[in-house]
Amino acid sequence: MPSHMPCRPPALPLLLPCLVGVYKHWRDLSHVSGLSPVSLATFPTLQVKNAVLEADFAKKGYKLPTARKTGTTIAGVVYRVSRDPRGSVGKGSCCRAHQEPALQEGPCCCCGAGTAADTDMTTQLISSNLELHSLSTGRLPRVVTANRMLKQMLFRYQGYIGAALVLGGVDITGPHLYSIYPHGSTDKLPYVTMGWYQKLHLCDSELRSPDKRHMNSVFISDLDPNASVPAMGAQEEEAKKLVSEAIAAGIFNDLGSGSNIDLCVISKSKLDFLRPYSVPNKKGTRFGRYSCEKGTTAVLTEKVTPLEVEVLEEIVQTMDTS
Amino acid sequence: MNFSTLRNIQGLFAPLKLQMEFKAVQQVQRLPFLPSSNLSLDILRGNDETIGFEDILNDPSQSELMGEPHLMVEYNLGLL
Repeated sequence: MPSHMPCRPPALPLLLPCLVGVYKHWRDLSHVSGLSPVSLATFPTLQVKNAVLEADFAKKGYKLPTARKTGTTIAGVVYRVSRDPRGSVGKGSCCRAHQEPALQEGPCCCCGAGTAADTDMTTQLISSNLELHSLSTGRLPRVVTANRMLKQMLFRYQGYIGAALVLGGVDITGPHLYSIYPHGSTDKLPYVTMGWYQKLHLCDSELRSPDKRHMNSVFISDLDPNASVPAMGAQEEEAKKLVSEAIAAGIFNDLGSGSNIDLCVISKSKLDFLRPYSVPNKKGTRFGRYSCEKGTTAVLTEKVTPLEVEVLEEIVQTMDTS
Repeated sequence: MNFSTLRNIQGLFAPLKLQMEFKAVQQVQRLPFLPSSNLSLDILRGNDETIGFEDILNDPSQSELMGEPHLMVEYNLGLL
């Protein structure tokens, strides 16, 4: 037997009780948090399944726990300050422990909603490809390149990569904002939202803005450089506020998003990650101790039964530590 | 590599030359059980400027299993 053969991991029966325990725990929690399995199932992304494991489990009568979505809401807005174009991209994420930062690729920045691993790996892959591309062409990469690479890759996998992304950035042609859906379709818009609750907070961002008009007027003024550009002193702050309000609408109205708002402001000269921009629903602190000490409840009877464990079989496998 | 399109556009010699280069590059290799980066093959295929999942996942240089060296060389040389 060659020395470099790997040892097999412990057999499936040992893993089974752990997984069943996790599934039960998750199921109990889901009722508490209000995230019923139904609401998770209606969101149209892929349920990642391990077919072999599932078949094995089905034989024994158990069901595998289902994958948990990130529950993120993302939004982006393009705004201008006089002649210096900028873009602002924001994101509210699911739980504190699970805070994915908006990932950076060259001059662009990408927020992802959908399956967390998919968005992470996709952004990293495209970021590397963008870097290689820019090294090979000798030019700064453009946002539209990243967009095309992403959409071609996502279409190749026919939506099985559940990555919904908002891609924003500034290159030599100006600021751009794209939203990319898991099946590979993209939209180029002045403001975009995606994620769990995109429809609601798109409406919200439309309602709250005199901005919609403002956005359009800004856009039009860009197309026609002779048109009068409205005084835009606090444009950046307004845009940040707009995006964070849109995400807050997602946080407060949707069970699937929550906790933090991270913003990323991209301009020609800088790339600011404002993480966290705001935490609109901080968890409160408890004022008193609500737990009971040992001894509060009187013990009436006690019965101890020692379990006799008999060693049936002992297998010794020596490691080759030469 | 879409050789039929290349043949239609550029004539017969273009795909022939490319395939000759592939064959040539694939012959100059290490012993069968040793990992090889296949750099020339990558360049010919145009894969040297992109990164895909096949470069990150299931990288043959990081595989846990290795073939039995003597057997593989004997098989390659036709002695088995």
